[in-house]
Amino acid sequence: MSKRKPYVRKMGSTWWTKNNFHTMYIVRELSSLVILAYSVILLFGLNALRGGEAAFDAWFAGLTNPLAIVFHVITLLWTLYHATTWFSLAPKAANLWIGEKRVADNVITGSLYAVLGGVTVIGLLIAFVL
Amino acid sequence: MSQVMKVEIQRYRPELDKEPFWQSYDVPYTKEMSVLEALAYIKDELDPTLSYRWSCRMAICGSCGMMVNGVPKLGCKTFLRDYPQGMKIEALANFPIERDLVVDMSDFIAKLEAIKPYIIRETEQTPEDGCSIQTPKEMEQYRQFSMCINCGLCYAACPQYGLNDKFMGPAALALLHRYNNDTRDEGKEERMAFLNAHEGAWGCTFVGYCSDVCPKKVDPAAAIQLGKVDSAKDYVIAMLKPGE
Repeated sequence: MSKRKPYVRKMGSTWWTKNNFHTMYIVRELSSLVILAYSVILLFGLNALRGGEAAFDAWFAGLTNPLAIVFHVITLLWTLYHATTWFSLAPKAANLWIGEKRVADNVITGSLYAVLGGVTVIGLLIAFVL
Repeated sequence: MSQVMKVEIQRYRPELDKEPFWQSYDVPYTKEMSVLEALAYIKDELDPTLSYRWSCRMAICGSCGMMVNGVPKLGCKTFLRDYPQGMKIEALANFPIERDLVVDMSDFIAKLEAIKPYIIRETEQTPEDGCSIQTPKEMEQYRQFSMCINCGLCYAACPQYGLNDKFMGPAALALLHRYNNDTRDEGKEERMAFLNAHEGAWGCTFVGYCSDVCPKKVDPAAAIQLGKVDSAKDYVIAMLKPGE
């Protein structure tokens, strides 16, 4: 008679706390929650814009609340973290070749940082200079 | 002069135990000693009932995969000197435990076989037809993915496979990518259903740990992301050419 009795280990809801790599994966994925909240706030802003100057100013005044500022700083930092993780993973999803040479990973990652930097500078120029 | 390390091993004896338990062994070691050698010492000198798999001792057979302090490792490629705080060894995660450090890999093997991991030709070639010539660039499209030794470490690293074993998993999808991107192969169409499925490339959420733990520096996460590109192209082409 067979004595086989394979034991299946359950992962449980805390699996992602047991390994550093998995924890950082969940930290990366959780950024989607603050980005969702940020998008909803932005949608309210767009809606306020439709409601006229007074409505928009009221929405904008709400953003100066210290809690709103803390939320935005957290969102910015978390989103930047998410961006850096994706920039470092991007070369895996890109099989780019120039002639007979594969484009090096650091060229792909570097270009993404350059684009991010460029867009940030343009955004800041529009917001504060123009 | 050898030191002594406390090595904790998760044991499971199906005929005796309801669930696995931890057992501790004191192993004298020198800086050259691998985990596999430590297990051999335990089996030979301390406890002959310990079960584990091994064969080549040189990271090519893929038999000795196990969790060392929660990280998937090959026993032969992991050294006691790197764990001065001691080590806890258990069977490879995400697979059912047969006994001690031996796991049931039949699901993994079935997945590897399912994706048709061989060159498929529409018409068979004979030696008289001559060589199939590839450029270095053509070879580079699949070379690293052909280095897989089927050790299963990437499956132990993958939470998606752990949560749902219907997911094809890293090694099988990397192997699929390896054959689909070989210029000698003409069987891509037969494999696309596996890639396009929800349990195929799209079941991957790009955790990326599979590539991190691979002892042969294969990059299954890359293969799967490139597989998603292939799958998306396949979807658009199917939309443009209905009825084919």
